[in-house]
Amino acid sequence: MSDAEAHLPEHHSGLAHQFEDLEQQQESDFLGIWLFLVTEIMFFGGLFAAYAIYRFFYFAAFEGGSHILDARLGAANTAVLLGSSLTMALSVRSAQTGNRRALVVFLIATLILGGAFLGVKAYEYNQKFVEHVVPGLDWAPEGEVLARLAPGGVQHAELYFIFYFAMTGLHAIHMVIGMGLLIWLAIRGRKGDFTPHYFAPVEVVGLYWHFVDIVWIFLFPLLYLIGGRY
Amino acid sequence: MSTATLEPRVHAPRNYLNADYGWKSWLFTLDHKRIALLYLVSITFFFIVGGSFAVLMRIQLVDPQGAIVQPETYNKLFTLHGVVMIFFFLIPSIPAVLGNFLVPLMVGARDLAFPKLNLLSWYIYIVGGLFTLYSTIAGGVDTGWTFYTPYSSTYSNTQVTAVAVGVFITGFSSILTGLNFIVTIHKMRAPGLTWFRMPLFLWAMYATSIIMVLGTPVLAITIFLLALEHLFHVGIFSPALGGDPLLFQHLFWFYSHPAVYIMILPAMGVVSEIIACFSRKRIFGYKIVAFSSVAIAVLGFLVWGHHMFVTGQSVYAGIIFSLLSFLVAIPSAIKVFNWTATLYKGSISFDAPMLYAMGFIGLFTMGGLTGLFLASLATDVHLNGTYFVVAHFHYIMVGGAVMGYLGGIHFWWPKISGRKYPNGWAALAAAIIFIGFNLTFFPQFVLGYLGMPRRYAFYPAEFQVLNVMSSAGATVLGVGYLIPLIYLFWSMRYGPIAEPNPWGATGLEWQTPSPPPTENFSKIPVVTEEAYAYAEQEAGHE
Repeated sequence: MSDAEAHLPEHHSGLAHQFEDLEQQQESDFLGIWLFLVTEIMFFGGLFAAYAIYRFFYFAAFEGGSHILDARLGAANTAVLLGSSLTMALSVRSAQTGNRRALVVFLIATLILGGAFLGVKAYEYNQKFVEHVVPGLDWAPEGEVLARLAPGGVQHAELYFIFYFAMTGLHAIHMVIGMGLLIWLAIRGRKGDFTPHYFAPVEVVGLYWHFVDIVWIFLFPLLYLIGGRY
Repeated sequence: MSTATLEPRVHAPRNYLNADYGWKSWLFTLDHKRIALLYLVSITFFFIVGGSFAVLMRIQLVDPQGAIVQPETYNKLFTLHGVVMIFFFLIPSIPAVLGNFLVPLMVGARDLAFPKLNLLSWYIYIVGGLFTLYSTIAGGVDTGWTFYTPYSSTYSNTQVTAVAVGVFITGFSSILTGLNFIVTIHKMRAPGLTWFRMPLFLWAMYATSIIMVLGTPVLAITIFLLALEHLFHVGIFSPALGGDPLLFQHLFWFYSHPAVYIMILPAMGVVSEIIACFSRKRIFGYKIVAFSSVAIAVLGFLVWGHHMFVTGQSVYAGIIFSLLSFLVAIPSAIKVFNWTATLYKGSISFDAPMLYAMGFIGLFTMGGLTGLFLASLATDVHLNGTYFVVAHFHYIMVGGAVMGYLGGIHFWWPKISGRKYPNGWAALAAAIIFIGFNLTFFPQFVLGYLGMPRRYAFYPAEFQVLNVMSSAGATVLGVGYLIPLIYLFWSMRYGPIAEPNPWGATGLEWQTPSPPPTENFSKIPVVTEEAYAYAEQEAGHE
């Protein structure tokens, strides 16, 4: 460790005391977030496994439930989230190149796209109350909705909607947490905390944001596009 | 080490204990050693809580009619005993106390990679614990610690949601601890400390962390679904809506079987350290012992179905799970054989930690071998749901994990507290615990074999002799646990000052003062030899 002093940004304000240098800190941060994403995969994985089993058991009911959803809104939201992944990637790039202004702009753009996604999601949730297909709270499908659900069994369709709300709800909670982190990054970025030597927090949050997007990439076809409809 | 001079110290040098005073310096500390002590106090509290439930159960079972409580209360006692002991004592025990204290010291680092997450993990643990305590006071839970549906859903009128939330929350403390250890072991090893120079305790912590990181999230999502079902009265696992109760068991055991290895692997790591130190020898077959930890972690994820042989699981799945369960016996047996081979021609001394380690080997072997009876499809049909199962997993979890934990506490206590405890009392306590444990749980093997089912508040009169033996043993065991509590507490103030390396052990943690300074090492050490270089150490002394 005698040559540690030779490293240039030795006493950078972003360097925590337990690390020898910024490189070690950055490698630890990246390994940490990847491990965290592994835990997230296992977390959602349990949910996806349960979904897969019930979809296999009650395919017709899941198909009927899926047809209640508006796939156009789902597709639009998919586009919004993919766009937010692009702006997030550009934020990371801006942090790496030390472009403070671009960093803040792209973070805010990501934030706006995330907000748009949640807005659409809120509208969709509201529709479910209008159609009385909220398990536990408001489950009384009637008319056309009932006719669509009936072939697969209305009870089994309730199971589908439990998974719809559990999966999209957990995803939305992750979005909200991600947006909180984006605000935190934007404030720090504006103060000039991030430099080409020290940008790990931006990249760490970026990886998290991409992960949440990828979860949606799987949720969209699994929930919205069951069976032949188009 | 024999030449260490023991001058009376007028001023204790700066260390992590006297660096700062006041409750804030503890509750907001980022020092891994202080966080380890926070965990030590908290898990000891929960051990006493969980233990008192066990005491009530053993009193109840002295009389075939049930001595003190109604069956409903008894159901709550065994449920809370299981929940508290597993989620709030055994799983955090060695990783959160000894692991937190030792991992940075053993890798030669100043702290874990993420000290704030480390402190956060303790707060998460405490919040989860408070939910569980609340559920206890507010009426308890009677589902069994496994929360099987529909006990926990359709037919439950107890505090399932509160305790489920408690277990859900506590899981995240375990995830954060595991994540911290993996990153620290990967990225913060001192110069020269290659993977195959690491102490086996670090290998064990690494394997344990893998299970924590991969398994715990699945428990979290399972409990989440259970809570949804409970809160909104929608049947995710209820046949009324077409849900499958077996699915809950699959998801639950996918975590909870590997969780057994979260409890036993760290104890195996502790025992490796102790056996090497007190035989003054290198561990026989170091690499095999290291890899067997990883093998147990990996295989442990593939055996969960052996909890479900007598459910509606397919016979073919049962056969595969049975086979895979037998495979776990291989790395476990490798460890036992290698410890035994390490003892061979060693210069063995029987200090208190070594007594616990020897106790561990014997009891773990008993627990492991009886596990094979339960992993066999045919014998499991007879033994499933009997006291044989209870005895088996207590030999692993109490005879194994708790013995390992106490051995570790005794081994590293001089490092943690800077004081020595009276060795005679410690040896006596180890003996009492060993005797009390066997008296408590060996009769339960016989009871189970004779067909006494677990989880009943009363039993046929013919089982009374064995049950009274078991209750008597529990009393002895309780006394055994009380003694270390007293002398360890006593030693913190009155014990003789410990030198940096009282056992003459190898390992970086022994190269710092006892107790270590806040920054662990004045200068980051450089490692030039493999772990357990006891032969070289002896040669150096001559």
